[in-house]
Amino acid sequence: MARPVSYNLIHKPLEADISIAQMPDGQQGEGFFATKLNDVIGLARKNSIWPLPFATSCCGIEFMATMGSHYDLGRFGAERVGFSPRQCDLLMVMGTIAKKMGPVVKQVYLQMAEPRWVIAVGACASSGGIFDTYSVLQGIDQVVPVDVYVPGCPPRPEAIIDGVLKIQDLIGKESLRRRNGDQYKALMESYGIQ
Amino acid sequence: MTNEIIKQRLTEKFGEQVSAFEDSYGMLSFEAPKELNLKVLNFLYDDEQLKFRFMTDLTGVHYPNQTGRELAVVYHLHNLVDNIRLRFKVFTDINQPDIYTATGLFSAANWMERETYDFFGVNFVGHPNLKRILNVDEMDYFPLRKEFPLEDQTRIDKDDEMFGRG
Repeated sequence: MARPVSYNLIHKPLEADISIAQMPDGQQGEGFFATKLNDVIGLARKNSIWPLPFATSCCGIEFMATMGSHYDLGRFGAERVGFSPRQCDLLMVMGTIAKKMGPVVKQVYLQMAEPRWVIAVGACASSGGIFDTYSVLQGIDQVVPVDVYVPGCPPRPEAIIDGVLKIQDLIGKESLRRRNGDQYKALMESYGIQ
Repeated sequence: MTNEIIKQRLTEKFGEQVSAFEDSYGMLSFEAPKELNLKVLNFLYDDEQLKFRFMTDLTGVHYPNQTGRELAVVYHLHNLVDNIRLRFKVFTDINQPDIYTATGLFSAANWMERETYDFFGVNFVGHPNLKRILNVDEMDYFPLRKEFPLEDQTRIDKDDEMFGRG
């Protein structure tokens, strides 16, 4: 007998027909709305991320599913996947990075314009994963600074989306002056950038 | 043509110098002194009967316990006419791993000798461009020699105890 397939048993009512970004805190009256420039720019940036996929293995396949119609990363404003580092905000490194590939990742990172964010998807990009061997970079944070790590081998599309939402959170809250701060400069210095 | 005939032709030509004939799963393998490697390869290539004119593989093996003949270089040859394959090995001392290059005979040996140099440190005398091919240029050892552990020795975030290597 065929096994009955059942899913989506728990019915979740929609909160709204159309999901729209929340308005930042501010003062408003008739015909005006005043808020911090920081918040407006954060709002704009976080809802229109241009991801740059750097896919080298199976995590890249999961990313393709994430971009596809079923999981649809486009729902979160990251519809436009750019394949030029010059135009992208978010470097998504997915897969094993061999030591010989390390300088390539770094060069792609250097070619991106500020502000830029990096997400390491999967065990290999985060820590070398199962490839504890002489030829594999033990985590891309040895060559570029990483904002969010997504665990999994490979992570499911939901996990990748969760990572991107974490990045959105970071972007939305980031101060406009952060990239000029001493702490940020020291971080870049520690990677030998500028 | 059978393995017996190949063995017979080789012994006729090289006598006692070709040795350790072995028939594993129908594939002939034998060894020769390393100075003779080009002579043997040339003979296998030129001989009207043998016609081993295609090199399928060339690689190295490290036997740390065989003093004086630690490094082996293995040639896999293929006779495309009769569809017969064989393995030919030469051994060398790890302290002086010089072996004549086969690039003059097989162009395919160029890439594979660079790879064998990269991983085992076999010095192919006469190779046109003997430098690392797969590993990073900065690597200062030959990673497939047995004295080097597989794990990345520069790692800092992995606790040996957690990985059962305490």
